[in-house]
Amino acid sequence: MTTLPTSTEKKLGLVIDLDTCVGCHACVVSCKGWNTENYGAPLSDQDPYGAAPKGTFLNRVHSYEIQPERGSAAQLIHFPKSCLHCEDAPCVTVCPTGASYKRVEDGIVLVNESDCIGCGLCAWACPYGAREMDQAEGVMKKCTLCVDRIYNENLPEEDRQPACVRTCPAGARHFGDLGDPDSAVSKLVAERGGMDLMPEQGTKPVNKYLPPRPKDEIEEIDILAPFLAPVAEEPKGFLGWLDKTLERL
Amino acid sequence: MSIQQPDLNLSPPVSDEVRKTTCYMCACRCGINVHMKNGKVAYIEGNKDHPVNRGVLCAKGSAGIMQHNAPSRLRSPLKRVGPRGSGEFEEISWEEALEIATGWMKPLRETGPEKLAFFTGRDQSQSFTSFWAQNFGTPNYAAHGGFCSVNMATAGIYTMGGAFWEFGQPDWDHTKLFMLFGVAEDHDSNPIKMGIGKIKARGARVIGVNPIRTGYNAVADDWVGITPGTDGLFILALVHELMKAGKIDLDYLARYTNAPVLVNAAEGPEKGLFLRDSDGKPLVVDRATGKLTAFDAPGVRPSLTATHDADGVTHHTVMHLMAQRYLDPAYAPEAVAERCGIPAEKIRQIASEIARVAFDEAFELDQPWTDFRGERHEKMIGRPVSFHSMRGVSAHSNGFQTCRALHVLQILLGTVEVPGGFRFKPPYPKPQSAHPKPHGKVTCGKPLDGPHLGFVHGPDDLLVEADGSARRIDKAFTWENPMSAHGLMHMVISNAHAGDPYKIDTLFLYMANMSWNSSMNTRGVMDMLTDTDENGDYVIPRIIYSDAYSSEMVAYADLVLPDTTYLERHDCISLLDRPICEADAAADAIRWPVVAPDRNVRGFQSVLCDLGARLDLPGFVNEDGTQKYADYADYIVNHQRKPGIGPLAGWRDADGTAIGRGDVNTDQLNRYIENGGFSISHIPDEALYYKPWNTAYQDWAVGMGLYDAPQPYLFQLYVEPMRKFQLAAEGHGDRQPPEHLRQRVKETLDPLPIWYPPIEDGHVDLDAYPVHALTQRPMAMYHSWGSQNAWLRQIHGRNPLYVPTKIWEANGFAEGDWAKVSSTHGEIIVPVAHMAALNENTVWTWNAIGKRKGAWALDTDAPEATKGFLLNHLIHELLPPKGDGLRWSNSDPITGQAAWFDLRVKIEKTGPPTEAQPGFDPIKSPVGQGPDNLTWSSKT
Repeated sequence: MTTLPTSTEKKLGLVIDLDTCVGCHACVVSCKGWNTENYGAPLSDQDPYGAAPKGTFLNRVHSYEIQPERGSAAQLIHFPKSCLHCEDAPCVTVCPTGASYKRVEDGIVLVNESDCIGCGLCAWACPYGAREMDQAEGVMKKCTLCVDRIYNENLPEEDRQPACVRTCPAGARHFGDLGDPDSAVSKLVAERGGMDLMPEQGTKPVNKYLPPRPKDEIEEIDILAPFLAPVAEEPKGFLGWLDKTLERL
Repeated sequence: MSIQQPDLNLSPPVSDEVRKTTCYMCACRCGINVHMKNGKVAYIEGNKDHPVNRGVLCAKGSAGIMQHNAPSRLRSPLKRVGPRGSGEFEEISWEEALEIATGWMKPLRETGPEKLAFFTGRDQSQSFTSFWAQNFGTPNYAAHGGFCSVNMATAGIYTMGGAFWEFGQPDWDHTKLFMLFGVAEDHDSNPIKMGIGKIKARGARVIGVNPIRTGYNAVADDWVGITPGTDGLFILALVHELMKAGKIDLDYLARYTNAPVLVNAAEGPEKGLFLRDSDGKPLVVDRATGKLTAFDAPGVRPSLTATHDADGVTHHTVMHLMAQRYLDPAYAPEAVAERCGIPAEKIRQIASEIARVAFDEAFELDQPWTDFRGERHEKMIGRPVSFHSMRGVSAHSNGFQTCRALHVLQILLGTVEVPGGFRFKPPYPKPQSAHPKPHGKVTCGKPLDGPHLGFVHGPDDLLVEADGSARRIDKAFTWENPMSAHGLMHMVISNAHAGDPYKIDTLFLYMANMSWNSSMNTRGVMDMLTDTDENGDYVIPRIIYSDAYSSEMVAYADLVLPDTTYLERHDCISLLDRPICEADAAADAIRWPVVAPDRNVRGFQSVLCDLGARLDLPGFVNEDGTQKYADYADYIVNHQRKPGIGPLAGWRDADGTAIGRGDVNTDQLNRYIENGGFSISHIPDEALYYKPWNTAYQDWAVGMGLYDAPQPYLFQLYVEPMRKFQLAAEGHGDRQPPEHLRQRVKETLDPLPIWYPPIEDGHVDLDAYPVHALTQRPMAMYHSWGSQNAWLRQIHGRNPLYVPTKIWEANGFAEGDWAKVSSTHGEIIVPVAHMAALNENTVWTWNAIGKRKGAWALDTDAPEATKGFLLNHLIHELLPPKGDGLRWSNSDPITGQAAWFDLRVKIEKTGPPTEAQPGFDPIKSPVGQGPDNLTWSSKT
């Protein structure tokens, strides 16, 4: 079994805004593209043009319908999910070879593919279903937080962020050090009531989710402001009002 | 096991080279960085400098590699050897293919150019393809606008000189209330997402009006789950509420719109026409002097309410007519609530919120500007309410009037071309009067008399023969749909098959999947394409098709001209066409071959340069008869539409210093490539808003070559050309509609926005077919193209019919069930899924996921072919017969826009079939099937 570091210098992670995510899957495919070409083995696809295409993705978007209790319309929440780089990552401690590890420098959870025997224990241990076994390579794949981008001196500085964050059209994904209370991501989490996913699992995920803001409240506006008051009921009265008003302008 | 961290290389090389070009995974046209490794495309990301997407990229764009590598790519020109529709072809050389095409088309040009019908689908080179067709001399050219969003484009041009998307955008940096109606999620894909992200980060409100709560509507703060086809009624109820409360921008209406223009009220041939001076300028009454004055006279203060009597004729202002119409209780929220499926209180609350933000949150920018009457304004007044809409509103038979209603609402609020509202993008604003009229005069062996498509001013501009028959095969610009500015691609095959108005010889199509998802009545279209006459010859004698992929349409062609992928070609995203400008800047862009094709394929536009020369088309040969443009790149650089104006605006003149107007620069494409594939020219600060009336903007636009002279104009709340058609229908004038259309023209071509029920409602037993059925485009897939994409089809490989709770429970549906869905035209059997966030009388599915077996190099047991389906089978291109022997198009009676979303269906639970129905025989794939496993990498 593999040991977690007692602490990490940084807690790099993602903050995902569920109020803004339109469910477009841009992050999913950008991740697939980058990680097919970069860290470790390519992300393979089985039966890609056939009856049951099934490939390795490190980030997926699930959509859930919600019926609010107070009777307003049903809502659809788009929920992107990838490795949450937990502080108490059960996928690391369960690893029999040390292939799964959490980096001391930044807290990123990685798989060292050359040591991975493809036993799949880590995927069983992860309560979030965030790991995927690559069927072609027989190694476990997971979000690397684009460790090969975020420090990469071959990239312009502005591009040193995870591919999913760089590509997100709605700006719903944020990257930074959640261990630093003054970082932009930590402030965003504080302002918007950022949440842990399934905190009862005790994994202490680094990634945070910003909850959707309340919706369908326009129906309550009249409590604060009355309906529009008519200036006239009939065209004639309206035209008279219009003349007077225009003169005053 | 203690920690023994491996030594990672944190700075691995990313790529050997980055080549910057333009995406073509949908119509959005974002800038992309194509990372090259070992001479192969390794990774695609957004270009941070690009005006459209500023670095972001959607799922489609990021999956471009899988489109570029798709096994469905055509490999060689093909000649049909089996029966049409079988997919049996032999590969032939380009020389043979081009000689066959020339042999078919050359005689047509000499004897009857109209016998060539050339229609392009999702073509991004319409300014070029239309130029080719014009030189050929056929009147039968259009792109896909007629079955897409012509209502939106045309209503926008006639009303305010531009519509949404390519015409303009919300002022994302200032708007505080954003309301969107029925938007296809692939239209202006990334900019809308970026905009919504931006305004949500500011805490501004988004209101989504859509029967379906997905995508943008899922993140909207408020959702209005409207009944399909009633948007116009809802909008006019908002107009009613706002007018009644006086929450309209009177100063704006008086200065910048035709609200004060005087309209003839006397019965007779002038009724409803504007009072004009001897120069033809519409007249207003000046509040200061009480005198009739041209609308644009310096210092005029137009009255919104004046009445003018002269020679016994009374004239009222447009505003007067609007008050009479829209204050009517018929437009009150209570009167429309049930029909729209929106409670009256909610309509009032929305009207109230719009009014509050527009007027109580008005703001000023410290930016002086001068208007076209010469008056200087010290500030720009912001009204931070903005709107956006596209296809959901557009694709109804009442769509034109609904789009008009939405623009009238924007204008009444004074939110167009002001800070916080809606802003045009160059070359818009451009009034209807500045666009060409349609042309259709055929002379054998000669070019057409002018551009095919345009904007009619009245009955005199229709393309009808003396006997009243249509000049165009699609019957565009006839009394059936007088303002059909984009043509009617959905009627071409149907009319050609019926020989109505005449028979054609060669159907030449580009990027249009007409035997599948791009046609109504898909099975019927397949039958028309394969139907034979009494001699056993095909009724449509010849079909030439160009596509890059093995789409369903390929099987129906006699000759296939294989196109390249978007990474292997030149293109220009031109200001002469559908540009990519921003409200702050003019911009255009190119595609260039970042990799060379590895197959025997050629860019379609380059093929047209070759064919044009073989056919001796004047625009495509030199004086000595030799080929004028070696390929499309040559055309892009060297073609001049008029002196100094070419397809690309950037780096003109030999030294590359001119923008907009300038001589040819042979190095132009290299300059674009050096700059990341695009050119951008910023609009001066004083010209950023009020563009139709702002002298600084008008002067800048003239300098750029967008106009030849300043052309300030008024927004047309009242569209006089429509009134001219109505007058004809009332019996005035020489050019008269046929009797069977007279009443419809009177009723629908109202010069002020109206609402009428979708036309299908009048032809269908609504008790028998009570349910509305819609399609949507997924954000992660573009039409049929995505199905061949190994990554995207894992996201959207299936398309159940989504059913709202009321219908779900009434039918006792459970997950995994199937339903029979019927319309008056047909029936399909499809898988269903429950969705609560949906209008209670509406079902829907994703568009174009369903595939024909054998197409797109998919296995024949792919879920797209076994469980996927098209709603198209339920929609006919004609309305049900009325017994009058006439073929009534299922289109908007004003523009001819295909009325996809008028569809009414009924739903019944059924036992599971083996496959979704209707099923079709597999077509033989000309490219085989894709591999069983994919471990793709530039390294392998």
